[in-house]
Amino acid sequence: MKIIILGAGQVGGNLAEQLANEANDITVVDTDAEHLRELGERLDIRTVTGHASFPAILRQAGADDADMLVAVTNSDEINMIACQVAHTLFRTPTKIARVRATQYLTRADLFAPDALPIDVLISPEQVVTHHIKRLIEHPGTLQVMDFADGKAQLVCVRAHYGGLLVGQQLRQLREHLPNADIRVAAIFRRDRPIIPTGDTVIEVDDEVFFIAARHRIREMMSELRSVEVGYQRVVIAGGGQVGERLAEAIESHCQVKIIEMNPARCRHLSGTLDSTLVLHGSASDRELLIEENIDQADLFIAVTNDDDANIMSSLLAKRLGVRKVMALINNPAYLDLMQGGAIDIAISPQLATLSVLLTHVRRGDVVSVHSLRRGAAEAIEAIAHGDKQSSKVVGRTINDIRLPPGATIGAIIRDEEVLLVDDELVIASGDHVVLFVVDKKHIPAVERLFQVGLTFF
Amino acid sequence: MHFAALGRILGMLLMLFSLTQVPPLLIALYDGGEASYSFSLALSITLLTGLCIWYPLRNRREELRVRDGYVLTASFWFVLASFGAMPFYLSLRPEMSLVDSIFEAFSGLSTTGATVLTGIDSLPRAILYYRQQLQWLGGMGIVVLAVAIMPMLGVGGMQLYRSEIPGPVKDNKLSPRIADTAKTLWIIYCGLTVLCALAYAIAGMSWFDAIGHSFSTIAIGGFSTHDASIGYFDSVAIELIAVFFMVLSGMNFGLHFLALRSRSLKAYFKDPECMAFVKILGTTVLITFIVLVLYNHYNNPMLTLRHALFQVVSVASTTGFSVTDFSGWPSFLPYLLLYTAFIGACAGSTGGGMKVMRIMLLFRQGQREIQRLLHPNGVFMVKLGKRTVPDRVIEAVWGFSAVYLLTFFVLMMALLACELDPITAFSTLASCMNNLGPALGDASLHYAELPSSAKLILSFAMILGRLEVFSLLILFTPAFWRY
Repeated sequence: MKIIILGAGQVGGNLAEQLANEANDITVVDTDAEHLRELGERLDIRTVTGHASFPAILRQAGADDADMLVAVTNSDEINMIACQVAHTLFRTPTKIARVRATQYLTRADLFAPDALPIDVLISPEQVVTHHIKRLIEHPGTLQVMDFADGKAQLVCVRAHYGGLLVGQQLRQLREHLPNADIRVAAIFRRDRPIIPTGDTVIEVDDEVFFIAARHRIREMMSELRSVEVGYQRVVIAGGGQVGERLAEAIESHCQVKIIEMNPARCRHLSGTLDSTLVLHGSASDRELLIEENIDQADLFIAVTNDDDANIMSSLLAKRLGVRKVMALINNPAYLDLMQGGAIDIAISPQLATLSVLLTHVRRGDVVSVHSLRRGAAEAIEAIAHGDKQSSKVVGRTINDIRLPPGATIGAIIRDEEVLLVDDELVIASGDHVVLFVVDKKHIPAVERLFQVGLTFF
Repeated sequence: MHFAALGRILGMLLMLFSLTQVPPLLIALYDGGEASYSFSLALSITLLTGLCIWYPLRNRREELRVRDGYVLTASFWFVLASFGAMPFYLSLRPEMSLVDSIFEAFSGLSTTGATVLTGIDSLPRAILYYRQQLQWLGGMGIVVLAVAIMPMLGVGGMQLYRSEIPGPVKDNKLSPRIADTAKTLWIIYCGLTVLCALAYAIAGMSWFDAIGHSFSTIAIGGFSTHDASIGYFDSVAIELIAVFFMVLSGMNFGLHFLALRSRSLKAYFKDPECMAFVKILGTTVLITFIVLVLYNHYNNPMLTLRHALFQVVSVASTTGFSVTDFSGWPSFLPYLLLYTAFIGACAGSTGGGMKVMRIMLLFRQGQREIQRLLHPNGVFMVKLGKRTVPDRVIEAVWGFSAVYLLTFFVLMMALLACELDPITAFSTLASCMNNLGPALGDASLHYAELPSSAKLILSFAMILGRLEVFSLLILFTPAFWRY
C-alpha cells in the first residue's frame, strides 16, 4: 500500500516505523530536512522536504497514486488543508488527519465529504483521555481495549498473589467461573509471549491478556489478583488538554484535584470545571503534594507534556504514599524503563494514536486494531465476509482455520453477543472476529485470511 | 461636563413630565373639579420652567459622555421628584406641608411606597391616581436605568449584565443604544402593566383600582388607593395576581425580553439569579409560615399561608403592599422580612435592595475565601451558572456593599440625631434605602409622625438606594467635577 505521512514528529515517525516494517510504500513529508534525513537513514522510507499542504510537494511525494494520506503535522490547519488538496487535486481515497483543537471537533458536519473531506479524524488528546478513563473504570488493569463498540473488552492484567487462579492451570478457570465466556488470549512472561493452552500455569507477574464481555471483567480480575477498590480520590498533574478532558470526564464520580503551573490556564480550568479543585503549582512540589493530602489519594496521573516532569512527579507521588500512579510518557525508551516499576502504568500517547491509525491501514474489513506491548503485538477486530468458497474463514470451525503461528482467536461477536470460543464453533458471515497476534510479522497473513477471494465479486 | 446639552435634555424632560399631569387633571375635572386647580397650576409651572430651560439651549446637541450620564440620572430623579411634589403641596385636600409633599413625591418616583398620607380612601381620585402614576413613571425610568444605563456605567458590578442588554448592538454610542433598549423595555413594561390591570379587573377590582394598582405592582412601588392596601379587597384571587406580577417584575427585564424573543420560558430557568430569587422567596415564605403556625398567630393554617405568601413576596420584592400588619408578627419575623428587603429583587428589575445577584456574588466570594484557606494553592473562580465572573466585578460588588453599609450607618446616625428611636430609625432607613415602603416602630402604619428632618433624610435615602449609591455619591466627590 502506498501511504504518504505528513509530519515526521513523534506520531508520524512512529507510524512510519511501524508501517515500513510491514512492506508498505511509505513517503514522509516534513519541513525539517535534518530530521527527515535521520529518519530516512534508519527506516526504509522515502522522504520529501517541504510544506506539507502545497500541491507540488504532495505530487512530489507521490500523491497521484497514493492509497492513503495521513496528516499528522503540528498544525491542525495544515492537516486539514492537506486533506482538502489531496482530495481535490489527487483524488486520494483515504485521508486521515490529526485535529487537536476541540473547537473544530464540536461540529460533525464540518468534515462531510463535500465540506472538509477527511475520512478519519484523530485527536490524540481524545484518544489518550479515553484510554485513561477506561483504566480508571477498571482499577488494576494495565490496558483496556474495546471491541464491537465496547461489548467485548480485551484487558491486560498483571497476575499477583491473591488471585484465585495464580499458580493453577488455565483449565481450572472453567470450574471457577462456569458460565463466563472468558478467554485468555495470551500471556507474556518476562516479556516473552506464551500461547495459552489448558495446561498453562499462571505465575505471579505474568501479564495476562483476556477477552470478556464488559460485565465479566471484574470477576476475571479477581481470578488474577486481589480485588481492588475503585479510584475515588484522583490527582491529575498537568492541566493541558488531556488533563482538562480527563477531569471533566471523571469529576462527577471522583474527587479530582488538578495541579497546573500556568496561572492563566488555572483560571481557565477553574472556570470550566465544576467540582474539580484546581491547584496552582508544580506537581513535583513536595510541600504542595503533602499539603493536599497526597497520601490519601487513590490515583495520581501525570499528564503534562514533559516526560521528565511526568516521571519525576509520579515517582515523588508514589513515594509520598499515593496508591497508584500513571504517567504519560512519549519517549519509547523511557516507556520500557518505567512500565511496571515504580510507575504502575505508563501510557504512551503514540501507541494509543497508532492503534487508531493502524485500524485504517489494515487490509480486509478491520473494525479496530490495538497495538499492544509497545507495538510488538496486536489485537485485531475483523469482520468475516463471504461464503465457504470465497472466504478462508466463513463456514469453517475455528479448528479448521489455518491461523499463522502466534495468532489466536480471542472472541467471536455475533449479533451483539459475545460468543464463547470453542473449537467446534462455525464462523458465519458478518461475525466480528477478535484475533490476537503476538508477533507482528504474521500480521499480513492474518490480513490475507480476512480478505475475500475474487470469486466473491 | 456639557451643561448646555444636559440643560436641554432636562428642559425637555420637564416639559414631557408636565404632560403626565394631564390625566389626573382630566380625572379631577370629571370628578367635579376638586384638585383641578392644583394640577393645572403644577402643569403650567412645570411646562413653563421646562420651556424656559429648553428654548435657549434647543440647538445645543452634543454627544453626552459617561460623566454626563451620572449627572443626568441623578437630576432626573431629583428634579422630576421636586416638580412632582407640586400638586401635593398645592392641593387643599390633603393639606400637606412642603416636606411631606417632597417625601410623598420622592417615595412615589423612587417606587418606594412609603407614605405620609392617612385617610387615603377619602382623598380626591385625581390625587390618588397621580400617586400611582408617579410610581409607574418612576418604574419606567428604573427599568431603563437598571437594564441599560447601570450595566453600561458598570456601577457596583452591573457590568456583568453589559452583554445582556436587549436591543440592537449595532451602535456603540451611548444614547442611540439606550434609546433602542428603552423602547423595547417600555413595550414589555407597558405590556405587563396592561396584563396586570386586566387580571385585577377580572378578579373584581373597579377599573380605577385595577389600573392604579397595576401601576404600583409592575413598578414594584407599593402605593395603594386604600388605607388598607391590598388587604382592602380581601380576595385570594387579587392577592395571587399581585404575588404573580410582583415576582415577575422582580425579575430582570432583560430576561423577559429574551423569553419573549425566543418564545420559551427556558431563559428564566437557565438564569441563576432568577432561580436564586425564586428560591429565596420560597424559603422565606416557608420559614414565615412555620413560625406563624408555631406561634398560632392566625389560628388558621390556610389564612397563615395566604398572609405569609403575600407579605413575604411583597416585602422581599421591595413592593410594600400589605394585607396585614407584619410589624406585629411574632419572634424574629418582622426583621427577617426587612432583611430580605436588603437582598431585594433581581438586577435589572424595577425592585430595590442590594439585588440578588450581588448577594449571590458576596456569598460565593465568602465560600471562595474559605476554600482558599483550606487550599492555599488552589485557584478558585466565582461562577454564576456556567459563567466565570471576572474579579473586577467581584471587587465592584464588594465596594458596593461596603459603601452601601457605610452610608446606611451614617444615615442611621443622622436619623438617631433627629430623635427617632432605634427601631424606627433602623426600619425606616432600611425600608427607604431598599425602596420597600413599610417600616416598624413609629412608622409601622405611615411616616406622618416623623420629624421633618427625618423625612428629608429618608427622601435622600430613597434616591440613594434607587441610584445604587455609587452613581449618586460620585457626584459628591471633588474628582468628578475636576477637569
